[in-house]
Amino acid sequence: MKTDHHVILRVVAKPLIPIISLFALYVHFHGDYSPGGGFQAGVIIAVAVILYSLIFGITPAMRAVPPWFARSLSALGFIIFGAVGVWALMMGGNYLDYDALFNEEPGGHYGQHYGILFVELGVLFAVAGSMLSIFYAFAGRVTEIKDEDW
Amino acid sequence: MTGYEGADLAIALINVVLLGLLFVIGVAIARMRSLFAIVMLSGVYSLISATWFVALDAVDVAFTEAAVGAGISTALLLGAMLLTSRTAKPEPRAMRIVPLFAVIAVGCMLVYATIDLPAFGDPDSPANTYVGTAYLERTPEDIGVPNIVTAVLASYRGFDTLGETGVVFAAALSVILLLGFGERSLSASLRKKTDKKG
Repeated sequence: MKTDHHVILRVVAKPLIPIISLFALYVHFHGDYSPGGGFQAGVIIAVAVILYSLIFGITPAMRAVPPWFARSLSALGFIIFGAVGVWALMMGGNYLDYDALFNEEPGGHYGQHYGILFVELGVLFAVAGSMLSIFYAFAGRVTEIKDEDW
Repeated sequence: MTGYEGADLAIALINVVLLGLLFVIGVAIARMRSLFAIVMLSGVYSLISATWFVALDAVDVAFTEAAVGAGISTALLLGAMLLTSRTAKPEPRAMRIVPLFAVIAVGCMLVYATIDLPAFGDPDSPANTYVGTAYLERTPEDIGVPNIVTAVLASYRGFDTLGETGVVFAAALSVILLLGFGERSLSASLRKKTDKKG
């Protein structure tokens, strides 16, 4: 009975969370054409999980997105960013020189386009993982957010 | 900037209203003691500044401000707020004078500094002449990406962005080092709770 008075909040928030995540993907993949990019998309994904944990409790959120996953995601993002630079080095260019990625003709934009996309993907992973890790570190120290605490 | 007659006046009016709201919220935050209300008002502050950035045509900055300032920092501050008491301690009246003087002095200096700034959207200002125009001219043939902010951020200034990603990663790492991983402290506090019950 103790969770019953939040039923409207739960019902409204539940369909919103996938839409928020979808919007984050749009923001990331459309970052070349409109405002936004990896950083904003990462924050939006983290917000979707945080909204879930605020409404359904921290324990179900940690079961859905485990803290070790958030930590690894943030490290993986940083590695992806660095690896794109190393990839350019391997192809004979300078570090993070996207023109060298695919050995294309001068004037081609594939390297720039995919380089930016991969780098922003790294930013997305790093930011989403870091924000979630920070939230888990804070929220893990209080058992549950009680109603009278608000 | 002027699409029709009076557009400048309308934009000026919107700026005044938004900045006035920001001022009122800032004063309210400074006078309040309830931490929950302060956290919520700071979210509102970020949202209104994001609206104001849109009015200034800085859409990317507005987006970031809305996502980071109004979204995640409000949630993180709520999480941090629950670790402490619900209201701030009231400080003695004499202690309030010094911050007031500091704020007024810094405000006067900032207003004095704005006198030298170029007008908003001035085509001859340093921001709009050297590197800015070079990026605007060269992005279509160098990068081929319509959003020049993304081109500058990820390609021209890729090293800066790499450093920023490292900073975000380091921030998460330091919070984890200070507060713990989260799941271990959560299970510890859950165990304490069941111990108390049983």
